[in-house]
Amino acid sequence: MYGGGYIFEETKNGSPENEDSRKLEIFEARIAAGEKIEPTDWMPAEYRKQLIRMIEQHAHSEIIGALPEGTWITRAPGFRRKLALMAKVQDEVGHAQLLYSAAETLGKTREDMINDLITGKSKYSNVFNYPAVTWADTAIIAWLIDAGAIINQVANSKGSYGPYCRALERICVEESFHLKYGHDNVVFLATGTPKQREMVQDALNRWWPPIMHFFGPSDKISVHTETLMRWKVKMASNDDMRQKFLDMYVPKIWELGLTIPDPLLKKNEETGQWEYTEPDWQEFKRVINGDGPCNKERLAVRRRAEEKGEWVRLALLRSEEKYTVPLS
Amino acid sequence: MKEFNELNDKKTTAIKDLLYRLADDQLILGHRNSEWTGLGPILEEDIAFSSMAQDKLGQSQALYQLLHQIGEDDPDTIAFTRKVNEYKCCHLVEYPIGEYNFSLMRHFLFDMSEAIRFNMLGSSSFEPLAKISKKFKGELKYHTMHAVTWINQLGHGSGNSPAKIQASLDECFPLALGIFEPSGYEDILIGEKIFFGEKELQEKWLEAVIPVLKNANLKIPDIKNIKASYGGRKGIHTEYLKPLIDEMTEVYKIDTKAEW
Ligand SMILES: [Fe+2]
Ligand SMILES: [Fe+2]
Repeated sequence: MYGGGYIFEETKNGSPENEDSRKLEIFEARIAAGEKIEPTDWMPAEYRKQLIRMIEQHAHSEIIGALPEGTWITRAPGFRRKLALMAKVQDEVGHAQLLYSAAETLGKTREDMINDLITGKSKYSNVFNYPAVTWADTAIIAWLIDAGAIINQVANSKGSYGPYCRALERICVEESFHLKYGHDNVVFLATGTPKQREMVQDALNRWWPPIMHFFGPSDKISVHTETLMRWKVKMASNDDMRQKFLDMYVPKIWELGLTIPDPLLKKNEETGQWEYTEPDWQEFKRVINGDGPCNKERLAVRRRAEEKGEWVRLALLRSEEKYTVPLS
Repeated sequence: MKEFNELNDKKTTAIKDLLYRLADDQLILGHRNSEWTGLGPILEEDIAFSSMAQDKLGQSQALYQLLHQIGEDDPDTIAFTRKVNEYKCCHLVEYPIGEYNFSLMRHFLFDMSEAIRFNMLGSSSFEPLAKISKKFKGELKYHTMHAVTWINQLGHGSGNSPAKIQASLDECFPLALGIFEPSGYEDILIGEKIFFGEKELQEKWLEAVIPVLKNANLKIPDIKNIKASYGGRKGIHTEYLKPLIDEMTEVYKIDTKAEW
């Protein structure tokens, strides 16, 4: 799962310099006509660079995102939930695998990407720097974070880079199951015992600010992304995606009798836009730059996994037998 | 179902004991294997261990369901509310996941026994168990194929890989022999043609695992001088089971009457 919380690198407006203007023209015309760009096609260096960053960050978000939910697999209550959560988190790891492959087509290896992740050079979705405190947090994550991810991923799947779009189409199918699982889970808690209701309300209170952060800073304060939007790298504005999310999910949350911890949240019937308390973008920045409640832990876990698994990867590297890809 | 009504008391007890042993092994090892989620040495193995863990969980659920049909509680209640000494799993499945070589070796030794066991149980005189066992065969075939491939690869791998695999074979072997701890019902299970018995299973298992291990360049432990880790089938467990059960039931026990 992944949001628009991605901070694009500043690009110069208009045509990038130092590119062959004739090639650039053809490239942009193809994109405008809705064609997909494939790995062997000519592309501006800036396009390649921004795509690698974005897909890589998406992939990292999938494996880091597996951690907060993954820790609840061993505690899931009952067979039904345990099996469903296992399958869900497994899917997320599979998404990482697909996305690393998509990014590799642009010339950066999985190993290099993972190295950049564990050294902190490359980012992942900010929401995963928050802890899943109780079982109900996993329900809220699976429902609302995955819902947000779907909005972002459906938009991105209509982008211009072929391998990324195809990966996203497959991912979105699986995400829709996650959303169903998450919703079902929240419904059971919200309509359950007083204790269960309390758990799920607390979890919603905890997760609302990260959810509002999920789509990234308001367009008013984001870096300019006109070129990236013209190249169909960035597909929707952060604020538009946030509005879409609120439109789809606030009524569903209210329907369950849950309270959203924002007294200013309401739909302005005249403009059709949701009004809300402006999320704390200072906190967002602080957390994305490493100072969130779980940044250190997440990276430490990932680093430990990489270190512990290193001998296996080395053994395979020089083993004569070819690795057999598992079935699912 | 007709078969159930015909069961006499002694036979029922023997079948239940067998089913608990099978189901608890699957539940606990499935639980353990799921702990690799997000932490595997490569993403592909992360996914493979999760997939096998899901199969095991599903199999345990099916076996508990069978127990439910012959008078025990429903699967969730059985799996999530029993006391530690009421579990009948073997010691091998209880151990923490450790390093990947330990988990891999356990997966190999255990799943090889499972594949043979459920193959044998496919012709059990207890029809419902025979039916289920046939269903498990396909899943287990993939599990053993996965295990054999990896044991072979890492046994022939570079660096310290062979040494690590050898060390986990030596560590796992006494625990693995504990899989075949005879129950108090071997005679009736064999006599009634419900199950061929642990002794025969162990022999067949040795015949299957030794060639694979040799092929992977590993030294076979001296079986005659190894003390099998018994006790699990009688509810006497290692120190690792209780924390596992506590963790597994943590949420469920917030309210066992609630629907989760
Ligand atoms: Fe995902
Ligand atoms: Fe998801």
